[in-house]
Amino acid sequence: MSWEWFLPIVAAAVQAGTPIFYATVGEILMERAGILNLGVEGAMLLGALAGFWTSMVTGNPWVGLAAAAAVGSLACLLHGVVTTVALANQVVSGLALTILATGLANFLGTPLIGLPAPGFDQRPLPGLSALPILGPVLFHQDVLVYASYLLPVLVSVGLRRTRFGLRLRAAGESPTACRAAGLSVLRLRLLACLFGGALIGIGGAYLSLAFTHLWTNGMTAGRGWIAVALVIFAFWRPGRAMVGAYLFGGVMAFQLRLQAAGTTVPSSLLLMLPYLLTVAVLAASSRFRGVAGAPAALGTNPEPSE
Amino acid sequence: MRKTMAMAVVLLVWCGSAWAKELQVGFVYVSPVGDAGYSYAHDQGRLALEAMGGVRTSFVESVAEGQDAERVITTMARKGYDVIFATSFGYMDPTLKVAKQFPNVKFLHCSGYKTAPNMANYFGRMYQARYLTGMVAGAMTKGNLLGYVAAFPIPEVIRGINAFALGAQAVNPKAEVRVVWTKTWYDPAREKEAAKSLLDAGCDVIAQHQDSPATQEAAQERGVYSIGYNSDMAKFAPKAHLTAAVWNWAPFYKEMIRQIQAGTWKADAYWWGMDRGVVDIAPFGPMVPEGVRAQVLAAKEAIVKGENNIFTGPIKDQKGVERVAAGVTMTDAELLAFNWFVQGVVGTLE
Repeated sequence: MSWEWFLPIVAAAVQAGTPIFYATVGEILMERAGILNLGVEGAMLLGALAGFWTSMVTGNPWVGLAAAAAVGSLACLLHGVVTTVALANQVVSGLALTILATGLANFLGTPLIGLPAPGFDQRPLPGLSALPILGPVLFHQDVLVYASYLLPVLVSVGLRRTRFGLRLRAAGESPTACRAAGLSVLRLRLLACLFGGALIGIGGAYLSLAFTHLWTNGMTAGRGWIAVALVIFAFWRPGRAMVGAYLFGGVMAFQLRLQAAGTTVPSSLLLMLPYLLTVAVLAASSRFRGVAGAPAALGTNPEPSE
Repeated sequence: MRKTMAMAVVLLVWCGSAWAKELQVGFVYVSPVGDAGYSYAHDQGRLALEAMGGVRTSFVESVAEGQDAERVITTMARKGYDVIFATSFGYMDPTLKVAKQFPNVKFLHCSGYKTAPNMANYFGRMYQARYLTGMVAGAMTKGNLLGYVAAFPIPEVIRGINAFALGAQAVNPKAEVRVVWTKTWYDPAREKEAAKSLLDAGCDVIAQHQDSPATQEAAQERGVYSIGYNSDMAKFAPKAHLTAAVWNWAPFYKEMIRQIQAGTWKADAYWWGMDRGVVDIAPFGPMVPEGVRAQVLAAKEAIVKGENNIFTGPIKDQKGVERVAAGVTMTDAELLAFNWFVQGVVGTLE
């Protein structure tokens, strides 16, 4: 067997990692502004539903994608308003969002189960797909995967090099200093919810529009929680989030392929791998870095004086 | 005053008798009904009951196995349902518990093995249809490598995989079946990934024991063939779908209700097969050649007539050890406890 058997696994890792990657970057944006959002799982699911339903009704997956982004934004804005305007506990509000959104998505989505809808298919990029190794791995994917390659650059540059990015980070590091500079923490945090939520919604829609062209209740199947964990693994940096998401997708794809190749290792053990990896990664990253990189004001609400 | 009371009593008795004539039948489903899949197949059976006279039906879908099931079944029994069909394996113990509390309600549990004086269990011999779909797959494969996306290693699923492998080998002795376990009944993303891993391993026909059509989708995208399950899945992958192993609960449900109405019903273990129409195969896709169709239909005829019991020896296991001697047919008890793979199946049982 040559080393080429490995390429499909890496390509599958990229695809399986993409929804988690979008959601992780969305969560990073929110957390950098100081909002801990445990509602990712729920917002993703609503995004998956909105994307699928809109694509089915309009026949255009791009409209579906826009709807998914809008619904993801709305869901996260709800969390934002509850925590920054009503000053509710962020952990409780996030968990409530997941419970509410999961229930709502399952209630609204039940009639859509098993129906077909147009989605995004794999389209090799002309030119780039002919590259050795990288071609089959990175450029035989669908358009949402290609778009996700731009995310780390866009988000990193946006956060580090633009005035808006600096302000957003200030809202997460020191809301007091932010306010002293005459900025509205509330506005900044709500904007973070808007952008972060859109990415989380797109992450969900990736599952129902690209990975499969189906909707089913609870189809995110825990990927939102993995995204929350990956934020810590990534030290709140989009580039590392990409590595983490692909690693996770890779372990998932690898265990299924081991089975298909006829391994004698029990599948129950193989199925534990992604979760073992999550625990190991969390333990390792807190052991070596502590919570270094975490926004100083993460999870705290701004003073009510605003 | 007395007149009004008498009238009320007459009215009550009249209502009561009219109401008693109509049999209230409840169904409990593990997944949403949708428009393909396991619960959909049961719901088609329920709709057939609606068409009968004197029967009123209703259902609860997406009921999780365990505590939730017990609550739902208890509520149905308390509301005065006469017959309750609990259609998933994990409902077995909750159903048994509720059956003991409501001795006047009749319970029928699908795919389990426990009975009580007022609780029957039932299932269909899906392995007969699996065998026929295996024949189609074995005839259509070019690389002699078949894939099987499977949910959980329980006897029902293992039996299906074995029958599929035996069917494939009946027309193509070189056929090998690769199994991937997803450990879920319904997770389209994981099912599709599992199907792709089988395609990457070189399989060119893939079958499934899952409730979503994600496997069909994966096969069509790669331009290879697929075998559906539960109901005709051709609409999800018209270019890939060869046929499907399908449920048809209507004849069984109608017969049960007829017996209950006639008062002859017994809480038995029912395991109906292709001869009574509970399981079947879906219409062939246009790519299945005439010769293959004829061969499969001839085999179907033999199964219906009881001439082919599928699990008749000699049958060897994965290691090549003979488990069933020549001429011996496995008993139902053995089939219901199937925990080994036949020769030609590649996969683990854990």
